[in-house]
Amino acid sequence: MNTYFQLAWRNVWRNKRRTIITAASVFFGVLLSAVMTSMQEGSYAQYIKTIVNSYSGDLQIHKTGYSDDKVIKNAFVLQPEIITKVKTQKQVTAISPRLETFAMVSGTELSKNVMILGIQPSTEDEITHLSRKIVSGTMLSDDDNAVMTGSTLARYMKLEAGDTLMLIGQDFKGLPVVAHFPVKAIVKQASPELDRSAVYMSVKACQHFLNMPDRITSLVVMTAHNEDVAGAGKSLRSTLGSGFEVEDWKAMNRILLTQIESDRASGAIIKGILYLIIAFGIFGTTMMMTLERRKEFGVLMAVGMKKYKLSMMLLFETVLIGLLGSLAGILGSLPIVWYYVEHPIRLTGQAADSMTQMDFEPVMLFCTEPSIFYTQALIILCFSLLIGFYPMLHVRKLKVNKALRS
Amino acid sequence: MNIIEVRDLYKIYNEKLLPVNAINGINVNFETGEFTTIVGPSGSGKTTFLNILGGLDEPSRGDVIIDKVCINQLSESKKTDFRMKNIGFVFQSYNLIPVFTALENVEFIMQLQGQSKTERTSRAKELLIAVGLGDRLSSRPSELSGGQQQRVAVARALASRPKFILADEPTANLDSKSTENLLDIMEKLNEEEHVTFIFSTHDQRVVNKAKRVITIEDGRVVSDVRK
Ligand SMILES: Nc1ncnc2c1ncn2[C@@H]1O[C@H](COP(=O)(O)OP(=O)(O)OP(=O)(O)O)[C@@H](O)[C@H]1O
Ligand SMILES: [Mg+2]
Repeated sequence: MNTYFQLAWRNVWRNKRRTIITAASVFFGVLLSAVMTSMQEGSYAQYIKTIVNSYSGDLQIHKTGYSDDKVIKNAFVLQPEIITKVKTQKQVTAISPRLETFAMVSGTELSKNVMILGIQPSTEDEITHLSRKIVSGTMLSDDDNAVMTGSTLARYMKLEAGDTLMLIGQDFKGLPVVAHFPVKAIVKQASPELDRSAVYMSVKACQHFLNMPDRITSLVVMTAHNEDVAGAGKSLRSTLGSGFEVEDWKAMNRILLTQIESDRASGAIIKGILYLIIAFGIFGTTMMMTLERRKEFGVLMAVGMKKYKLSMMLLFETVLIGLLGSLAGILGSLPIVWYYVEHPIRLTGQAADSMTQMDFEPVMLFCTEPSIFYTQALIILCFSLLIGFYPMLHVRKLKVNKALRS
Repeated sequence: MNIIEVRDLYKIYNEKLLPVNAINGINVNFETGEFTTIVGPSGSGKTTFLNILGGLDEPSRGDVIIDKVCINQLSESKKTDFRMKNIGFVFQSYNLIPVFTALENVEFIMQLQGQSKTERTSRAKELLIAVGLGDRLSSRPSELSGGQQQRVAVARALASRPKFILADEPTANLDSKSTENLLDIMEKLNEEEHVTFIFSTHDQRVVNKAKRVITIEDGRVVSDVRK
């Protein structure tokens, strides 16, 4: 084996310029593809993280049926043993209850439909970090009978911290309820949707307002790592039983995931075309390396080299060129990706605006997941193996006397 | 002792379209230790004959029996193995492996045979010294003259300790001095090591050195003279 590898290695360098040009095309292809994939995956991860950390959390526990009909009729009583059951799951790092509904804010001149988010500020802060997003006023405490509103909403309703706001809603039984709350803080949410319509209050105040003590609509759960979500979801489902539904962030963010998938697919088409062009380059080189050496193959066979050994040698040659190029490409892409991980690109102008509108911070983040890089090498390896069939088939058909006379 | 028996050998190229009778019924035997040359005008069938002897081409009819093995009946892979173990080849245009040094070229067949590194290297060196290239072991073919390359080719052909060596016009590309030098080496190997040589040539000086001269015309043996 060693001999054939050595032979292949030297054959590859016989025509240095041709090999370098071919390997360079692989290099650029892999570089481009790796950097592009890293950028794509980086932005997907960013989207997901933003969504998870501003609202959905990793998992949410609801009463069965809530996800299809998000009304307070589908709330459940938060028994202490539920909390115990959830907290004993080893992947779970944080939990927080919520009571969500819709209501109307009424001012002297204006009124607006809003989302009421009854939260437990002390635990919620570990998940959505609301206290960091306060632009004026102070964070709610668990016992406060007050609210925080999104900054766009505050501007629209001409509210400031310290003002009072009137909420009109429907309680658990469907009866109208009205109450006044002091505005304790204004928060700036990255999500325009939340910033426009969120009114936060403590879950206790919310339960009191809606006449539904002890009931909540959701229990938000966080895990240590993204990879833990599926496992945690599964074990929660089995411990909690059929009375509860456990939704993960994927189920709660279907639209985003579909967008990511379609973006991935269009990226894959571009990379596919790129790799196809590269594959033709490798094929051209392999073909020349095969056809111009027919006589040499004849000699090798004459002195006793079996066809399969000759084929192996030729396969090595093609694979070597592919791997050299892709290895160089990976090594070349690492510093680029590393640079942009350290110095993220900040977007400006329209691109930035549209990202902000869609709830994302306008920066390009890069992903450093190792699979992004070695996948490129694997793709090239597959192509090389496929192309390697050409010299193999050629050698199969080669007649030693014909080859010698060529 | 007969090492090669050729029985009633025919070779017709392009049998269907435009038949060329390259070999027209050759019966001949070769013995161990012979130093034989095949001569004849261009197109008389020398190359075809040597190729069939070496199992590189198949006869249309007849048999080539080497050491009791009928080689034209072997499968392609067996034939390749048989060539590696029994036959040494020297080609007109040297045909060394361009990316290997002289030493590696000679070692290569022994590597195919699976001999150990130390065994290979010492034998390869020995052979290269025997052909007068002890000081060019690590030269690549492109760094050697035609005569030197052909001497490496002879050393390579000997490396596997073959039963005989086939050489199709080994001196055709060489000048007279290199030709003489190569023939002296072949002669010496024949006399001292009893290596069996069968080679074709156009060169009268080469013919003079041979101990047996077989003349072929139109694919037939027209004379077979032992000196
Ligand atoms: N592959 C082939 N297909 C058809 N005819 C062939 C083929 N190879 C050789 N021939 C014919 O067979 C005959 C013998 O050819 P061969 O090459 O054996 O002659 P030769 O004696 O070696 O000639 P030279 O001295 O020129 O090398 C010639 O007529 C040649 O044209
Ligand atoms: Mg000839």
